Amino acid sequence: MFPRPIDQTSPLTQRLYTIALPIALILWLLPLLGVAVTSVRPASDLAQGNYFGMPSYIAFENYISVFRDSDLGRYMVNSLKVTIPTVIGAVVLSCMTGFALGIYKFRSNLLVFFLFVAGNFVPFQILMVPVRDLTLDLGMYNSWTGLAMFHIAFQTGFCTLFMRNFIKALPFELIEAARVEGVSEIRIFWYIVLPLMKPAIAALSVLIFTFIWNDFFWATVLTTTKETQPITAGLSSLNGQWVAAWHLVSAGSILAALPPVLMFFLMQKHFIAGLTLGAVK
Amino acid sequence: MSSYWKRNQLRIAPWLFLAPGAAMFLVYVIIPIFQSLSISFYDWDGLGEAVYIGTENYVELIDDDAFYTSLKNNVIWLLLYLLAVPLGLFLAIFLNQTVRGIRIYKSLFFFPFVVSQVVVGLMFSWFYAPNFGLLYKLIELVTGNGIAILAEEDYVTYGIIVAGLWPQIAYVMILYITGLNNIAPDQVEAARLDGAKGLKMLWYVILPQLRPATFIAVVVTVIGALRSFDLVSIMTDGGPYGSSRVLSFYMYEQALSEYGFRMGYGAAIAVVLFAIMMVFISGFIWKMWRDETER
Repeated sequence: MFPRPIDQTSPLTQRLYTIALPIALILWLLPLLGVAVTSVRPASDLAQGNYFGMPSYIAFENYISVFRDSDLGRYMVNSLKVTIPTVIGAVVLSCMTGFALGIYKFRSNLLVFFLFVAGNFVPFQILMVPVRDLTLDLGMYNSWTGLAMFHIAFQTGFCTLFMRNFIKALPFELIEAARVEGVSEIRIFWYIVLPLMKPAIAALSVLIFTFIWNDFFWATVLTTTKETQPITAGLSSLNGQWVAAWHLVSAGSILAALPPVLMFFLMQKHFIAGLTLGAVK
Repeated sequence: MSSYWKRNQLRIAPWLFLAPGAAMFLVYVIIPIFQSLSISFYDWDGLGEAVYIGTENYVELIDDDAFYTSLKNNVIWLLLYLLAVPLGLFLAIFLNQTVRGIRIYKSLFFFPFVVSQVVVGLMFSWFYAPNFGLLYKLIELVTGNGIAILAEEDYVTYGIIVAGLWPQIAYVMILYITGLNNIAPDQVEAARLDGAKGLKMLWYVILPQLRPATFIAVVVTVIGALRSFDLVSIMTDGGPYGSSRVLSFYMYEQALSEYGFRMGYGAAIAVVLFAIMMVFISGFIWKMWRDETER
């Protein structure tokens, strides 16, 4: 194990380590802690210049007023409307593309695979104008469908990379045995490979949920009104309205961050497995 | 029909499974790249008739100061963003222990990556805010004069990059923690018996084994640096006086904001950014291709 386990070192080092750990964490999360405290600070404290002291009381009313007086709740619903279909769409499509590229040997296999991988890395701006036009032509501009359609298509690139590598690592003998038995390719996919892909599906679902929930660029390009804007774009425009109302900005930020954070803590194992795919040989 | 399928299914099946995903990807990603290339030779406001103007957009770029500012900032982003790799490694080594509660520490350190860049941007705006921001106060305490980082042309880009590094370091850290967990313990022990320790051990024994993690860390960091848009948009909107623009933001500003709808000019900026990224993408793909065909 590297570095040397701390319990094999001198008592002094062990002592220092246990002290350093929480201090490092607090420093690391300082911006987050500051915003969290500000989100429950009453407006009167800010007016009196009490930015860093203890809040004079815990003002949960900031959260209530964010929900009551702004469209934040609606923005969050809009985000769900984009995020959930995207997760389903991208996972379904990439189960199939990953299967095709992971199981079959055909001549253009690697070429198709690397097209997916490369497309996944391109800058969004090179797609912006044509995708916006396409969405307008399809009559899906400024709607959750237009945004979700693009996200499904784009995320299929990353998901295909993921699924293909996952399927490639499965024992191929299973499939060969089934073929010898005369099982059709479609049944092999459905009854043999798909059940084995559950961990990959779980990992991708939480990752894509987080990516799409946090997307800001496409939200600003493809949606324009509060009826359709996701939370990221919504928070940005609320930030413009709440000039210097930092207690509201903070409460809104915390709320916007909450769903992916919950997702992460509930599905931590899958999340990290998904993110670190390929980091070990 | 059914006998045809039976005989040829091994050949047809992959294309059947590929079709829906590949069609979507083609329509929304691959084809738009070429459309953008073509649009960059037109003068177009997005609504009216597009007028072919040859390379005029590119000629205009050569004399555009804002373009050079953006390009320069992209280079700064790229160089400083790569600090996330050693810093993430440092954090991973710091946290790769087995003391009580370490799992919770690891998840909390990873936290910034889960949060949207919009929220990260707002958090750091507050951190930097003039007169009451935490950093402003600290600088005031030390030097007597506070500095409003985001309002100073000389500091603004660095201020935004620090905000971007925060989640990026967390990402790299988690890659390296996974890598460190999979290091062959016998090699480490053998090296230890030979008297290797500290930096020497890290350089000669650990880092070579972490190579796959390092590769991914560099890929995601380079791509992340060149994609930076959210933080610039949220924290400064390109300002003050356009000094914190990057190419991705400048393209958006030209093509789709209150400053105008110059789709052709925007597309030309996007093509330049694309060309820069293609250098890196080709490198990554080349390495992955080699790994694949070696096996």
